[in-house]
Amino acid sequence: MSDAIIEFDKVNKWYGDAFHVLRDIDLMVTRGERIVICGPSGSGKSTLIRCVNALEEYQEGRITVDGVVLTDDVKAVEAVRRKVGMVFQQFNLFPHLTVLENLTLAPMWVAHAPKKEAEERAMQQLERVRISEQAAKFPLQLSGGQQQRVAIARALCLTPKIMLFDEPTSALDPEMIKEVLDVIVELAGQGMTMLCVTHEMGFAKAVADRVIFMDQGQIVEQNSPREFFDNPKSERTREFLAKIIGH
Amino acid sequence: MADTFLAITPRPAPVKTEGFVPWVRRNLVGDWKSGLTTLFLIALGVVVLQRATPREWGVARAVFAADADACQAARGIGACWGVIAEKWRIIIFGRYPYEQQWRPEVATILMVAALVVSCARWFWKPWLALLWVVVLAIFFTLMGGGVLDLEPVRTDLWGGLPLTVMLATLSIFLAFPLAVLVALGRRSNLPAIRTVCVVYIELIRGVPLISVLFMASFMFPLFMPQGMSIDVLVRVLVGITLFAAAYMAEIVRGGLQAIPKGQLEAAATLGLTYWQTQRKIVLPQALAMVVPSMMNNFISIFKDTSLVTIVSLYELTGALSLALNSDVEWRPFKIEAYLFITAIYFTFCFAMSRYSLWVEMQVGVSRTR
Repeated sequence: MSDAIIEFDKVNKWYGDAFHVLRDIDLMVTRGERIVICGPSGSGKSTLIRCVNALEEYQEGRITVDGVVLTDDVKAVEAVRRKVGMVFQQFNLFPHLTVLENLTLAPMWVAHAPKKEAEERAMQQLERVRISEQAAKFPLQLSGGQQQRVAIARALCLTPKIMLFDEPTSALDPEMIKEVLDVIVELAGQGMTMLCVTHEMGFAKAVADRVIFMDQGQIVEQNSPREFFDNPKSERTREFLAKIIGH
Repeated sequence: MADTFLAITPRPAPVKTEGFVPWVRRNLVGDWKSGLTTLFLIALGVVVLQRATPREWGVARAVFAADADACQAARGIGACWGVIAEKWRIIIFGRYPYEQQWRPEVATILMVAALVVSCARWFWKPWLALLWVVVLAIFFTLMGGGVLDLEPVRTDLWGGLPLTVMLATLSIFLAFPLAVLVALGRRSNLPAIRTVCVVYIELIRGVPLISVLFMASFMFPLFMPQGMSIDVLVRVLVGITLFAAAYMAEIVRGGLQAIPKGQLEAAATLGLTYWQTQRKIVLPQALAMVVPSMMNNFISIFKDTSLVTIVSLYELTGALSLALNSDVEWRPFKIEAYLFITAIYFTFCFAMSRYSLWVEMQVGVSRTR
C-alpha cells in the first residue's frame, strides 16, 4: 500500500523484564487519516503513539513512518521526528522562554531558518490557534487552554506530516476543553494525519475516521466511530463505553 | 424566571495589617501611653549607647595615629586603629615590593571594575569576553612584570587583596563551566563518562581543601620530570578550581534533576540535539533554580582562598599575620587589624549576596504571573 504513512508490524514492547506493555500491535494508518485511540489507563495507548516518534523504543516488530524504518539509529529517529509533531497532556512548553521563543526555537536551531522568517511563521501559527496577542508573554502567564493551543502551534511550526496528541485535554479545566478541541478539529479538516489519545467521545464522533480501543497492551477493536459507538463488537468495549458514557 | 448572575465588582484590598509599618503603628505609637513608652525607651537607648563600651572603645578613646606608644597607653581602654594606618600596605599587598605596589593596586582596581561591569545585564555581550582577556592580560603583566620596563616580581611575592581577588575570580570562572560539564557527565548515558565524573566528585569531596592545596603545592612537583616545574600559583589555582568544581557540579546536578522529563521529551520531539537541549532548555532552567546555593558556594570559595596561606602564599588573611607576627610593637593590636580585614571580606561577600538576590529576581520573571 503506497498511501500508508504509519505501519506497525507485530510490535512488542516491555517496560523492564516483566511488564509487557504493547502486545503484537498491527496497525496501518493511511495518509490524512484521523484516528482516535481510547482505552483504560495502563492499556498502552500513550505508549503506542509515543512509539511513532521514538519517545519510546520497542523490542520486537517493526514500525515504519513515512517510509523510514524506526530503529535505534539516530539518523532514522531524526528523520522521523522531523515529520511528526507532538502535543502532550502537560503541554510541556518551555517556561523560561516567551510564547514566541517557544515557537521559533526549533525552526531556528533545527531547521536553521533565519530569525525573521521563523518569527513570521510563528505568528502565522499563533493566529491559526487564535492566540497571537499573547506572543510576548511567558507560558505560565497563560491559562491551560491557551498553553495547550501554544503547544499545538509550536508543533505546527515545523510543518509536520503527522500530528500526535497524547490526551491533549486531560489536564484542562472543563471550560477550556472546547477551545483546544476546536483548534484540533480545524486541523483535522485540513487533511493532517492525526493520532489522538483522548476520552472526548464527542470529539471522536465528530472528526475521527477510525476509533481504536486498547486494553492490556492490545488493540481490542477498531472501527468507524459510528460502528464503534453504536455497535461495539467486543464485550470489553461495551463495558468500557458504558463506563465513560454512562455518567 | 432564571436568576441573573450578578458579578460583584472588584474592590481594593483592605489596609495592610501585616508587615513592619503596621506593626509599629499598632504597637509602638498606637495611643498616648505606648507612644510615651516608646519615646522613653528610645531616649534610654541613646543614653546607654553613648556610654557603652563599644563606642568608647572604638571611637572616643581610640588611637587613630600610627603611634605605637599611644596605642600601648590606650591598651584595654581604646582601640588602636593606628595599626591599620601603620600596616595597611602589608595587609593589602603582602610581600609585594614596596616601591612597586602601585602595580597590584591598579591591577586589582581594574579586575574589581571588570567584575562590577560583568554583573550588569546590559554588558552581557560578546565583547565582555574580550574585555576579560584584556583585563587578565593587564593584570598578570602588571603583577608579574618582566616586560615594558616593569621589574619582574616572582609569584610567591604576590599577596594580600590582589591575590585573594584573583584566586577567587579565576577559580570561580574556571570551575563553573567545568562543574556544568561534570554535572551533565554524571547524568550521561555513557558509563565511562559517568564513572569518571562520579569518581572525580567523590574523590574531591572526600578530602579537605587544605590537603588538596598541600598536594598541589608540595606533592605534585615530586611527580614532575626533572627540571620541569609549574608555578606554585598556577598549581594552587588549579587545586582550588578542581575543588570548587566538584561541589558546584553537585549543585548543578540538583538543578538538572528538578527539570521535568516532559521538557526533555518536548525538546526531543522538536528535533533538538542533546547539546541544543542542554543549552537552550535544561541549563537555563536548572541554573536559574540553583542561584542561591550557587552564590553560597561562590562566597565560600572567596573566603576559602584564605587557606592558601598554608602553602606560603600570603593573601589577605595571610598578609595580616605576616604584618603583625614579626612585629613585637604592633603584635598586640591584632583585633583591630582583624576587624579591618573583616570589613573587607564583608564588603565583598555582602555585595555578592545582594547581587545573587538581584539575579534571582531576573531569572524569576518568567515564573511570575
